[in-house]
Amino acid sequence: MNWQELIFGKLSWSVLPQNPIAWGGAIYMVACILAVLAFVTFSGSWRWLWKEWFTSLDPKKIGIMYITVAGIMLVRGGVDALLLRAQQATSVGDSFGIVSANHFQQIFSAHGSIMIFFVAMGLMFGLINLVVPLQIGTRDVAFPFLNSLSFWLFFAGAALINCSLLLGDFSTAGWLAYPPLSELQYSPTVGVDYWIWGLQIGGLGSLLSGVNFIATIVKKRAKGMTWMRLPMFTWTTLGSMSLVVFAFPILTVTLALLWLDRTAGMHFFTAGGGGNMMMYVNLIWAWGHPEVYILILPAFGVFSEIVPVFSSKKLAGYTSMVLSIWAIVVLSFIVWLHHFFTMGAEADVNAFFGIMTAVIAVPTGVKIFNWLFTMYRGRIRFTTPMLWFIGFVVLFTLGGVAGVVMAEPPADYELHNSLFLVAHFHTMIVSGVLFGYFAGLTYWFPKFFGFTFDEKWGRRAFWLWLTGFILAFGPLYLLGLEGATRRLDHYSAALGWQPLFAVAGVGAVLIALGFCCQVAQLIASIRKRHANKVGSDPWRGRTLEWSVASPPPAYNFAALPLVHARDQFWAYKHTKIHHDMQAEDFHMPKESAAGLIIATFVFAFGFGAVWHIWWLVIFGALGAIVTALARTFDEDAEYVVTASEIVHREAGLRRDEAITV
Amino acid sequence: MMETQAHASDTLSPEERAADSTAVFGFWAYLMTDLVLFASLFAVFAVLRGPAFGGSSMGNIFNLPYVLIETIALLTSSFTCGLALLAARADKVQAAILLLSTTFVLGAAFVGMEVSEFTRLVAQGYGPSHSGFLSAYFTLVGTHGLHVAVGLLWLLSLTIAILKRGFSRGNMRKLALFSLFWHFLDIVWIFIFTIVYLMGAL
Repeated sequence: MNWQELIFGKLSWSVLPQNPIAWGGAIYMVACILAVLAFVTFSGSWRWLWKEWFTSLDPKKIGIMYITVAGIMLVRGGVDALLLRAQQATSVGDSFGIVSANHFQQIFSAHGSIMIFFVAMGLMFGLINLVVPLQIGTRDVAFPFLNSLSFWLFFAGAALINCSLLLGDFSTAGWLAYPPLSELQYSPTVGVDYWIWGLQIGGLGSLLSGVNFIATIVKKRAKGMTWMRLPMFTWTTLGSMSLVVFAFPILTVTLALLWLDRTAGMHFFTAGGGGNMMMYVNLIWAWGHPEVYILILPAFGVFSEIVPVFSSKKLAGYTSMVLSIWAIVVLSFIVWLHHFFTMGAEADVNAFFGIMTAVIAVPTGVKIFNWLFTMYRGRIRFTTPMLWFIGFVVLFTLGGVAGVVMAEPPADYELHNSLFLVAHFHTMIVSGVLFGYFAGLTYWFPKFFGFTFDEKWGRRAFWLWLTGFILAFGPLYLLGLEGATRRLDHYSAALGWQPLFAVAGVGAVLIALGFCCQVAQLIASIRKRHANKVGSDPWRGRTLEWSVASPPPAYNFAALPLVHARDQFWAYKHTKIHHDMQAEDFHMPKESAAGLIIATFVFAFGFGAVWHIWWLVIFGALGAIVTALARTFDEDAEYVVTASEIVHREAGLRRDEAITV
Repeated sequence: MMETQAHASDTLSPEERAADSTAVFGFWAYLMTDLVLFASLFAVFAVLRGPAFGGSSMGNIFNLPYVLIETIALLTSSFTCGLALLAARADKVQAAILLLSTTFVLGAAFVGMEVSEFTRLVAQGYGPSHSGFLSAYFTLVGTHGLHVAVGLLWLLSLTIAILKRGFSRGNMRKLALFSLFWHFLDIVWIFIFTIVYLMGAL
C-alpha cells in the first residue's frame, strides 16, 4: 500500500463523472449548494440558522428541518424518475435513448433508495415530530437530544448517498441490492458501498427515533389521556414506531454483512465459500415488508384526523381502527416471503404467505370503510386535504386489489418482476404514503406557521398529481400484463409498447408540474401570509394541537392539559366546564450542537468506509464516541421556565389572537 | 439548575421521577432493538453453521475450557456490577468504586481472551473469510465483544464521573442503565455459549 492509498483510499481523479448527464447532475448539485451557502452568507443568517435551527432540540423545528430535507430529496428522486420515463419512452428499436444501460441502472437504483429512505421517511418523521407531542399534550419528546441526533444522522445519510453524484457512481443493483449482483465480483465500484452506508446511517437515525417516540407516547401523555382516548395519528405513530424498533435492526445487520462480504472478503451471501444469497433476500424483506407499513400507518393516521374534521363528525369505529392498526403491525411481519414466491420455496410455504398477504388486506379494508362511514351523512368541506384523501381512497383501493391479485402465488409467477408490480407498489406508495403526507402537511401547515397553505395552488397541485399519476401508472399495469419486465433500458419496436411508454412519460411530466404547483403554493402562501393569518383553530379541529396558539410557543402548553374525552379539544369547546389551569415552573432542554457534531463524525466514518480511507474511519468513529460520552455527562442541559414568564407570554399570545380572529 | 448533590431517591420531585422512569423505559426499548440485532445474527449463524466449508467442523477448532473461563469472567463481572449498584444505592462510594473497578477488570479480561482466541483462529487459517460459517461465527461473537468493549468505555467514564461528582441524580441514572446493559450482554453471551460453543462441540 503506497502513501496515496493510505491517505486517499480508492479516491482519485478518475472517480469524477464520466458523461454529460452525470456531469449535469454533479454541477447542478454543487451549484445549488453554493447558491444556498452564498444566500445564507450574504443575508447574514448563519448565526440565526445555527442558534434557532441547527442546534435546536425543539421537535417542531426538527420536524420542519426533516420536511425541508425530504422536499429537496423529492426533487432529486423526481428528476431520476423523469430520466427513467424519458429513457423508456425513447429507447426503442434503433434508438438507444438518452442514457447508457449502466447509467440507467444507477438512476433506477437511486430513485428507489432516495424516495423511500429520504423522502417518505423524512416526511413521516417530520410530521410525527410536529404533531405527536402536541396531540398527546406534552412539551417535548422523551429524549430531546436523541431526537436532534436522529435528524442529523438522517441528514448525514442523505448527504452521503448524494456524494455519489460527484465522486464515484451509484449502485446499479436496484433499491435492495440483491447479491450476487451487489457482491464485489459483479459490482466492483463504490456504488453499492454508498448505498450501504447512506442507508445504514439514515437507518440508525430512524431506529433511534423509533425508540424515542415509543417512549414519548407511552410515558409522556397528558394526565387523563388513557389509551382509548389517544388521537388516531398518535396511535398509528405508535404502531409504526413499534415496527421500526423490530424491523430496522434487521436492516442494520443485513447491510453490515453485505459490506463485510464486499470489504473483508467474508462469505455471507457469496455464491461460493459456504455463503447463502437466498438468506439475503429473506433478511432484507424481513425488514422491507414491515417498512412498507412503517410508511403507510402514519399516513392512515393523517386521514383518520382529516376525515372527521372535514366531515364535521367523529371518527366512525374508533376501536376497530385501533385494532386494525395492531392487526397490521403483527401481520406485516409474516408476509415477507410474498416478495419472492418464485425463489423456490415449497408450495406449502408459498401458500401460507399468500394467505397471510390476502388477510392483511382485511384490516386495511376496515380502515377504508370506517373513513367512508365517517363521511356518510357528514357535512363535508372539500378543502385540499380532503381532495388528497379522496384521490387516495380511490387509487389506493385499486392498487390494493392489484396487490391481492399478486398475493396468489400462481398469479405471482406470471406477474413477478413485471411493470404490473412496479405499477402496484407505486400506487400504494404514491397515492397512499405521499398523498397522505401531502394532506397532512396542508392540514397542519397553519398550526406551525400561523397562516393557511394556499388553497388555489393546492387544488391545482392535486389535480395535476392525480391525472399525472393515472397517466403515468395506468399504462404500466397494461404493459406489465403484456409481459414488459421492470428495469428495461431498451426494447424492440415490434412489441408495440412505445405508445404506452409515451403516455407514461406525459404522466410523469404532469406530476412534475404538480410538484411545481406545490412550490408555487408555498411561495403564494408566504406572500399572502398577512391576509391568510389564522387563529389557533382554523379547521374546527378536535384534538389538542388546535388548542394552542398558531404557531405554538416553544413549550407548547402553558399548563399541561387535563384530558376527559377522546376528542378532548372538541369536548372542551362544547362544554361549559372550563378549568383554569395554574401555571407552574418547568424545565426545557437547552439547545445543543452535539447531535450535529456526532452526525458529522459519522458522515466522515461513512465516507471513509465507502472509499477505504481507514484513518478517516477511525477518526470518525472515535470522534462520534467521544462527543457522545461528553454529552452524556453534561448535567447542565436544561433551563427553567418560570410561571411568571409563562403568564406574561401567554397574555401576549392572547392579544395577538384577539386581533386576528 | 439541577442539584448535583441530591442523591437519595426520596428527595426527587415528581418531574424528576417521571424523567428517570422515562429514561429506563426508553433504554429497555433500545435493548429490544439490540436484541433483534443479535437475533438476526443468530439466525444467520444457524443458516450458515452446517458442515464448515472445506474445513474442519466447529468441535475441533474451539477450545471449550478456554471459553468456559471467558464465560465465568463475564458472569462474575455481571455479579459485581449488580453489587456495585446496591452499594451506590446505600451511598457507599468506596465500595461502589471498588466493585465497578472489579467489573471493569473482569470485562477487560473477557475482551482480551476473546481477542486472543480470534488471533489464534486467524493464525491457524480459520479467519472470517475462510467460509460462510466462520464469517457468521466471527461476526456474531465479535459483535457481542464490540458491545462489551463499548460498555467498558462507558464504565470507565462513569467511574470517573462518580469520582468527580459522587452519586448525583444523573450518575445514579446512568449507573442503573449501565447495569441493565451489562446484564443484557451477559444474557446474550449465555446464548452464544450454548448455541455456538456447546452445540458446536456436540
